[in-house]
Amino acid sequence: MYRETAIVNESEVTGDLVINMGPQHPATHGVLHLVVHINGETIRKVEPHLGYIHRSIEKMSESLSYRQFIYVTSRMDYLSSHINNHACAMCVEKGLQVEVPPRAQYIRVIMDELTRIASHTLWWGAMAMDVGALTPFFLAFREREMINDIMEETCGARLTMNYMVPGGVMYDLHPLFQQRVKEFIKHFRSKIDEYDELVTGNIIFQNRMKGVGILTKEDAVSYGCSGPTARGSGVSCDIRKLYPYEVYDKVQFDEPLETAGDSFARYLVRLQELRQSMSILEQLIDDIPEGDIQAKTKAVLKLPKGEFYTRAETARGELGVYIVSEGGTTPYRIKYRSPGFSNLSALDHMARGGKIGDLVAMMGTLDLVIPDIDR
Amino acid sequence: MAFLKKYFSNIFQAIRSLTTGMRITAGYALRHGKEKITQQYPDNKKTLVLPERFRGEVVLTHDENNEHACTGCTACELACPNGTIKIITKFDVSPEGKKKKALDTFIYHLELCTMCNLCIEACPTNAIRMAQTFEHSVFDRNKLTKKLNNPGSKIREGVE
Repeated sequence: MYRETAIVNESEVTGDLVINMGPQHPATHGVLHLVVHINGETIRKVEPHLGYIHRSIEKMSESLSYRQFIYVTSRMDYLSSHINNHACAMCVEKGLQVEVPPRAQYIRVIMDELTRIASHTLWWGAMAMDVGALTPFFLAFREREMINDIMEETCGARLTMNYMVPGGVMYDLHPLFQQRVKEFIKHFRSKIDEYDELVTGNIIFQNRMKGVGILTKEDAVSYGCSGPTARGSGVSCDIRKLYPYEVYDKVQFDEPLETAGDSFARYLVRLQELRQSMSILEQLIDDIPEGDIQAKTKAVLKLPKGEFYTRAETARGELGVYIVSEGGTTPYRIKYRSPGFSNLSALDHMARGGKIGDLVAMMGTLDLVIPDIDR
Repeated sequence: MAFLKKYFSNIFQAIRSLTTGMRITAGYALRHGKEKITQQYPDNKKTLVLPERFRGEVVLTHDENNEHACTGCTACELACPNGTIKIITKFDVSPEGKKKKALDTFIYHLELCTMCNLCIEACPTNAIRMAQTFEHSVFDRNKLTKKLNNPGSKIREGVE
């Protein structure tokens, strides 16, 4: 059990200085509390303390019906809320054995990729801000705003859309949707090169990132890292590629891999993912099939007795949804395997022996969203 | 000698990478007047158009005869995850002496609503919809609990 006195007593023996970073710290992007043990400027140990934004989403979901519990998951990883909702909807569909109409599948995948671009763009701005560049933050928000407008037009909300329902999607696409997405891709193709020029090639940025926070392939696997964090260490773990869901098996895309395992590798993976997401969008946007947007489901959903597990690739990694059903209208137990929690657990290993000034840069490349870690 | 060459080429490349970034920043500094991406929010209130599907708050639509389409079936109340909606029903007695369930009060707690749209999806008669209003700030929390049906309103003919 954690006791403040234990840390103080321990630090007296080792001579380390213990500082609290957070829970109210501008660089932790939320209420993350890190207890950092330092010796001079060298990090000895990083202990993340969680629970500041725990809302007991898993327990809450047990009292909500299978239609209702999906909206709560938007509040977990709020930057990829569509993908969270998608994973939950897929799990319910698996239990009900409902086939989603092709049009709904296409819409879902397009929305997922738009969300991924929005999330990675925001991450790019925040990452550059973490290492001291302010301009990229505003540039990133400009592009993200375009996606938010597209979402607002079709889904009715900008951040917590609740667009996925068991069996399909809530509305049909807005008439201008395809045109808007094409305009966005055209705009973003020119801007992403600007991103590269502005930040990637910058010598100060490279010196801050290269060789910092190294996570080897073995460690990435043993800590359960997923998503761009693991792919920066050379672990092939893209759920879209390895266990394709919806229409991901029909599109051509690469899984970007880097082998260096440092902060810069994770940065490059995310930038390449932006380009891959755009290519997926380009392949899908023109041939969305006509047809229903929702499969016919009963008014009150009842899952058969049993256990159901689905996973989806969010912008941060693998999200698993595990539902235990007793045959009623509400789930007996829900467990979310969130990518942020596992990725955060690797931070201690990465940071040990590094410098305190690099801690924020390492944290930035993990792309932590605190409500996703705490749930 | 090779060391010196590498040393100076590193310095040269570093300076070049910095100037590349500075060129973009300078470009934005010069043409930012033409390319405005922020909205002047309170000033553009009159011209601000929100998308049709924007979820601002739940409203019960009334037509010009002060009639609505709510049958008091409580489907929205059951669909709501947060207990935002409370429907109080009464029994209307028709001239033939038949009792019919009807809406008495549609209570909507805006302070609890998360705009998830599940009530709109659940409504069998399309009586409720999302409005585009979004300026909900008030000084008293009680003002956020709203009664959606207008006084004296009744159900539209032919809606079952």
